[in-house]
Amino acid sequence: MRSQRKWLLFYLLTLLIFFCPLKAEETIVITNVKIIPIVGNDVEKGTIVIRGERIEEIGSNISIPSKAKIIDAQGLIAYPGMIDGYSQLGLSEISSIQATIDYRETGRLNPQVLATEALRPDSMHIPITRSNGITAALVAPSGGLISGRSGLIHLYGWTPPEMIVKSPIALHLELPAARGGFRRTANQPAEGTRLLDEVKTLFDQARLYEKRKLAASKNKLILLPEFDEKLEALLPVIHGELPLMISVHSANDIRAAIKFVQEQKVKAIFYGVSQGWMVAKEIAQAGIPVVFASLHQLPPSWEDGYDALYRNPGVLSKAGVKIAFSSSSASLAKELPYHAAKAVAFGLDKREALKAVTLYPAQIFGVDNLMGSLEKGKLANIVLAEGDLLELRTVIRHVFIKGQEIDLSSAYTEYLEKYKKRLEKK
Amino acid sequence: MKRFTFFISFLFIFCTSILWSGGNLLLKNGTILTVTKGVIARGDILIIDGLIKQIGENITPPSGVRIIDITGKYVIPGIIDSHTHIALDGTNETGKVITSEVRMRDVLNADDTSIFTALSGGVTTVHTLHGSANPIGGQNITLKLKWGKKAEEMIFHEAWPTLKFALGENVTQANRQLSPGEERRYPASRMGVVAIIRRELERAKNYMAQWDRYNELKRMKILNRPLLAPRKDLQLEALADLLRGKLVARCHSYRADETIEFIELSHEFGFRIACFEHIPEAYKITKELVAERIGISVFMDSWAYKMEAAEGIATMPAYCTQQGVLVSLNSDSNERIRRLFNDAAKAIKYGGLSEDEALKLITLNPAIQLGVDKWVGSIEVGKHADLAVFNEHPLSAYTRCDLTIIEGEVYFDREAYLKEREAAQKVNPKPKTTGGNQ
Repeated sequence: MRSQRKWLLFYLLTLLIFFCPLKAEETIVITNVKIIPIVGNDVEKGTIVIRGERIEEIGSNISIPSKAKIIDAQGLIAYPGMIDGYSQLGLSEISSIQATIDYRETGRLNPQVLATEALRPDSMHIPITRSNGITAALVAPSGGLISGRSGLIHLYGWTPPEMIVKSPIALHLELPAARGGFRRTANQPAEGTRLLDEVKTLFDQARLYEKRKLAASKNKLILLPEFDEKLEALLPVIHGELPLMISVHSANDIRAAIKFVQEQKVKAIFYGVSQGWMVAKEIAQAGIPVVFASLHQLPPSWEDGYDALYRNPGVLSKAGVKIAFSSSSASLAKELPYHAAKAVAFGLDKREALKAVTLYPAQIFGVDNLMGSLEKGKLANIVLAEGDLLELRTVIRHVFIKGQEIDLSSAYTEYLEKYKKRLEKK
Repeated sequence: MKRFTFFISFLFIFCTSILWSGGNLLLKNGTILTVTKGVIARGDILIIDGLIKQIGENITPPSGVRIIDITGKYVIPGIIDSHTHIALDGTNETGKVITSEVRMRDVLNADDTSIFTALSGGVTTVHTLHGSANPIGGQNITLKLKWGKKAEEMIFHEAWPTLKFALGENVTQANRQLSPGEERRYPASRMGVVAIIRRELERAKNYMAQWDRYNELKRMKILNRPLLAPRKDLQLEALADLLRGKLVARCHSYRADETIEFIELSHEFGFRIACFEHIPEAYKITKELVAERIGISVFMDSWAYKMEAAEGIATMPAYCTQQGVLVSLNSDSNERIRRLFNDAAKAIKYGGLSEDEALKLITLNPAIQLGVDKWVGSIEVGKHADLAVFNEHPLSAYTRCDLTIIEGEVYFDREAYLKEREAAQKVNPKPKTTGGNQ
């Protein structure tokens, strides 16, 4: 008994030692900074106070607390960290090496798998991405008809739990994309309706499964249905709790998907939507947000025009659709801001483009209480840039994720440093 | 039927929108980024017979010259992509391991929509190559993207004739899934790749010696009976041309080590390497590349798609440039080809190149690598009037190509394209949706 108490004391002491530094939260103050908070007015010369993980104060005329680390950001612009609306970060290293690929399960129906459960925090693509101002990303499964569930992660952390913001975010359903690309005789897929019918049947099965479970819980004489991992994973979707992220491309398939979403009364997000410009009004009326796939693709057909994917975001935005951009990648996730800028060159409003990589993805994924803008109380996911955040030439000087200043080195700098040594005179 | 008329009207776009200038054109009031001779904030370019005649302010054109006002816009030299596979009916001859007899000029496809895609991104000249399936591939060709013209008219005859070599994973088929019972093709390792190239070059030397002996004997007329000529071998002919210096090598390589081995081979046999292709590890061997004066044609940031591309970093193009290597950025893709100007801008961010240095990566440097810098690659009096006009600074992320001009003729005109598209939609006012029961 006595020895037990001794151990207890020891444990308590150890805990105290471990958690003491955490309690005295570090305060970082960014001064003389231009602030583009996304929500609210821009501040020409302002201050941001970061305490712990959060933004404690932001704006002009803010008193600087004592004992704070001060970063003089003269000449820099503060933006909220960008959010990649769809990526394979942490799930893919080298695309031709199967052993490094974990975003694609075998088979067609895999609602039970959760992408964040395969997350590799040490991925070499993460430091490159965050050093370009991207602080959070949706990591999504793909392949088959129902690919699995995605989660939203911060691009910093030593373990998956440290990185995960919210998981699951959505269940992923994939309708086939156009084959062939920008050819005069492009063949658009026409399986959309048939595949959605298949999903409908699956949803009905899930509803039935739930009924049987409910009946069995009320009456001990009724057998419990055998546990079905796939149907279990569908339940939050048919309840309208977990969004269904539908990868959909052709105009006909988009129409079919809207009908499906309305009939099934599910919450939905569209992904891809390369022919969305043809049915922009219908998407807007249905109130379904859209995450674009990489714009670094050719239009599905010649008739769409060479700039179809580039002007698509502008058309949808003007029609009133809530839009977000994505890299659709791991190795090139750093490209996120340039997809948004490309859309600006072809008609999207500049401010909307900025929102579509910050606030809108946060709203679409239901985390706008945490991120997506620079506001008091939100997580301190902050980027200090030398210029326009979406510009190719802009150098990023500081990145904060959950109040933590991030080391901006990556494979890009580390490999080079190693070989620079070769040329040094001995 | 509606679909058909729509389609036809769309095809007409590219025939009707182009007002042929006859190679005589005046671009007025643009910001001219000459690449070699600085920036002219507001200037004109006079083009006569497809050549740049005069660069300056307030140029009065001779009568009959088409004038295009480009106030507020930016002009750069037409972009040159020194590694693509567009405008071809075939890329890889995979039937054999050695295919030096294969010629890309025999499979030109002037109807490839990729030509238009490239033009929409300001590209005017491409080096279109045999693929990388074989250690010794085929003979490549350089084209001007004269969309709508016959294939023969697109050939850039002044460019060096080049022969494709390839090393590494593509050649060893390291990433290929074998069918059950199938054996790997030789060479299946980097050892075999060097060995087979050496074997072929030795055979070529032998072949040349055979012909030399025959020609000598014929000249000496010692024998009073007819001499039997050696058998003509098109595969070895191409390699003999390489050894004679009539063809230059363009070598697809990824790892630094295999690149060094290929340089050794070039010393062993005495042939010229014009350029290494892709070479993501170039930053490891800048010393050798500078000493050998061999250029590199690389991706800006595409990487990690293969094991041998796992150390291909975006800081490489700028760093190699600063070390004195002649660097060009290529697309190797019918999609990336329309945004090479975006790639060039990244070399400013990742490594701090100047604007001129960044633009050279997609204009003058590839021109030098193709042996055509006398004619294209910069905006200078006397050079071909191959130009691209952008609505904003071409190195901005917000920019868009509005006009592409080759030898004074407009081959891409965004404004005209949009007008034609509008007209085409009037033919079929309902938005055209694809899919359904086709």
